[in-house]
Amino acid sequence: MTENVEVPKELDATIQSMDNRFHDIVTLDDRKSYTGYLVPVENLIDFATSIRDDLGYDYLSSVTGVDYFPEEKMEVVYHAYKTSGGGALVFKVQIPREKPEVPSLISVFPGSDFQEREAWDLLGIRFSGHPNLTRILMWEGFEGHPLRKDWKEPFFEEEKKPYKNRWPEGGVYRIEDEVPMGKNVKYPLGFDPQKWTPEEQTTFKEDMDSEAGDNGSNGSAMHTDQIVVNLGPQHPSTHGVFRMVARLDGETVVDLYPEMGYLHRNHEKIGERNTYIMNMPYTDRLDYISSMSNNLGYALAVESLMGIKPPERTEYIRVMMVELTRIVSHLWSIGFLLNDLGAFFTPALYAINERELILDIFEATAGSRMMCNYLRFGGISRDLPDGILETVRELVNERLPRKIDELDTYLTENEILRSRCIGVGVLSKEDAIAYSAAGPVLRASGVSYDVRRADPYSIYERFEFDVVVRYNGDVYDRYLVRMEEIRQSLRILHQVVRDIPEGEIQTGKALYQVRVPAGEAYGRVENPKGELGFYVVSNGKPNPWRYHIRAPSFINLTALGKMCKGEKVADVVAILGSIDIVLGETDR
Amino acid sequence: MYGIGILKGLGVTLKHFVETYVDDFRWLGKRYYNEEAYAVRQGPKATGIFTVQYPEEKLIIPENFRYLPFILYEEKDDGSIEDRCTSCGICPKICPPQCIWIVRSNDPETGRPIPAPTEFFIDIDICMSCGLCAEYCPFDAIKMDHVFEIASYERMEHHILNKEQLSKPVSYYSSIQPKNFRREEEARVAKEAAKAAKKKEREAKKAAS
Ligand code: SF4
Ligand code: SF4
Repeated sequence: MTENVEVPKELDATIQSMDNRFHDIVTLDDRKSYTGYLVPVENLIDFATSIRDDLGYDYLSSVTGVDYFPEEKMEVVYHAYKTSGGGALVFKVQIPREKPEVPSLISVFPGSDFQEREAWDLLGIRFSGHPNLTRILMWEGFEGHPLRKDWKEPFFEEEKKPYKNRWPEGGVYRIEDEVPMGKNVKYPLGFDPQKWTPEEQTTFKEDMDSEAGDNGSNGSAMHTDQIVVNLGPQHPSTHGVFRMVARLDGETVVDLYPEMGYLHRNHEKIGERNTYIMNMPYTDRLDYISSMSNNLGYALAVESLMGIKPPERTEYIRVMMVELTRIVSHLWSIGFLLNDLGAFFTPALYAINERELILDIFEATAGSRMMCNYLRFGGISRDLPDGILETVRELVNERLPRKIDELDTYLTENEILRSRCIGVGVLSKEDAIAYSAAGPVLRASGVSYDVRRADPYSIYERFEFDVVVRYNGDVYDRYLVRMEEIRQSLRILHQVVRDIPEGEIQTGKALYQVRVPAGEAYGRVENPKGELGFYVVSNGKPNPWRYHIRAPSFINLTALGKMCKGEKVADVVAILGSIDIVLGETDR
Repeated sequence: MYGIGILKGLGVTLKHFVETYVDDFRWLGKRYYNEEAYAVRQGPKATGIFTVQYPEEKLIIPENFRYLPFILYEEKDDGSIEDRCTSCGICPKICPPQCIWIVRSNDPETGRPIPAPTEFFIDIDICMSCGLCAEYCPFDAIKMDHVFEIASYERMEHHILNKEQLSKPVSYYSSIQPKNFRREEEARVAKEAAKAAKKKEREAKKAAS
């Protein structure tokens, strides 16, 4: 969950028990309401290796940077966990702002690959030793690093919301008049977008040259060339605007990397301009299939900073909504995996039929089917309307179990599905952990790690459910994990609708301007797609100083290349479908 | 045996196929455009085809549904109207994409602010239908509308709604959200009663002292 205020004593001891090497070097982060350790830059790799090997913190959940502009400092924040469960080990390095350079941890935790590239792209922190430190979300012709506090867009209104000219003077204007198409961009000096041709496949270049000599690496006597194929942007099955660049030898994938950012809107910069409550509806737009659980992650982070807890009834309603969301998301994912395999839309529509009934519940309660915006700090926006609980009961106790069984009969034993999925896109247990894979992808590879169980938040420790694990790490196992997780969610829901108490729904008064004390918090939840984390830094002002999202869809893609290597090109789409990404969250 | 899984799966498809006809027979041609049938086929007991014959038939919108905001005015007995909005400035401050603009009224003589808006604009291209404005308005003066069919042929001229376009009577609100309306009225009456009681108490104290 979130940790705040006090450093757990036990954590201290683990560091103390560590190799004497770090005794005098590593210091406690003693800023008020901050946690973790400050590590000098030169010891970072040693320290990371040591906590992984000696202390068992083998899972690097999140890497991000913070621009402490007034102090002329940049900070890189790492959250590491044990896959056996428990709280975080937070460690940070501080570097001067003019020359922010940190050694890359990619050799210790390969899962930091995309996250370091993101920090470089958005904050301009250089990770020395990173094999491919290029922009990942923004495009190459972009000027500057937008998350830096002194970066401004060409049409710049004000540093912080609320903007002053909205009230009481009005002064209405149309945004389109201020930012006509194509005018709201700034190019680096000497850059001409008309003349620019993208340097494609930069990462492939070397390999291609080195292998150019022995064309025909397929082992046969036939002379073959390798070709580079772009799948996308907007390949129909890629679930959004997304591109995969694949190097093929015949039909076999030799190498593949994902290209993203087509839907990038700098959610985090928007979030830092917003006040705390304004961010709630924006979190809906991350993984727009599961807005309720996005809300929960953000609410947990801010609540931990504010030091409040929601009332009992609200906790139950939250769990109910989040578990319904999980069912929605998994149904969607299963349906569309079948689409990706070529079973066009019949299975997807059977699955989505049930999803509709759940969305009706969201609509009646929160007011919207997908953009729920339902949670508030210390509460929810409104109580359940009359009759909704009965509908949920009927769904959970009668209809959904029956329909899930039906879907199971319909798909699981299907020979075509099995032969397309079994043994395809394998990710080993070690790789899954190393690449920071999360959610069903991690659990299908034999790692029994579910944040709800490993580091319980809200009231999950009260409910009986199993963490679903499978061991082959292929597409089929990811499908099975999702299928079984729906059943486990139903099990939780069963207990929720049985035990839900009456009572208040809001702690304190619902205020439009909440006061959030200075400090940092990391709120993480087990989203349907994997671990979703919100790293929020407050400086006591109405707007968050830093607002970062550990997006599971984004980080799970780090392992995509690995999974696809050696597979047939037709299976790549199925492998991508089995990771289950949502581009709203990947690109942010 | 190879193929059993496929056959079982096709069995499920067949079941769905048959169910559509069974459900048609059950309602004997009254499956559509019929409230009773609608409640069954869109609820947790639904079988058969799940679609609605839009636009002839529309989904019933729940009370809490939110689309775009509108502002409320009271119709007085003497035929005059009065805005509920006091131009307090909370909704333009909480609106996440900042799409509400309000011009507060000023007394022409003294220049002091009057609690009423002269102008009220919402750019509905930017509104993200979050409902925060309606939720935090202390005077129940802005609410979320149910009208969602707002497509138009152009996107520049008519999408900044002004006060006239936004204003709707309280009676309209009570017709689309009757339960919410009743609850809020009760709360308001209770609040006013409490206020009056307090005032009385104070006066009584004053009189006693
Ligand atoms: S919050 Fe309500 S009263 Fe205040 S300005 Fe907005 S609509 Fe008017
Ligand atoms: S619904 Fe949300 S976005 Fe729209 S006007 Fe109200 S506060 Fe602003």
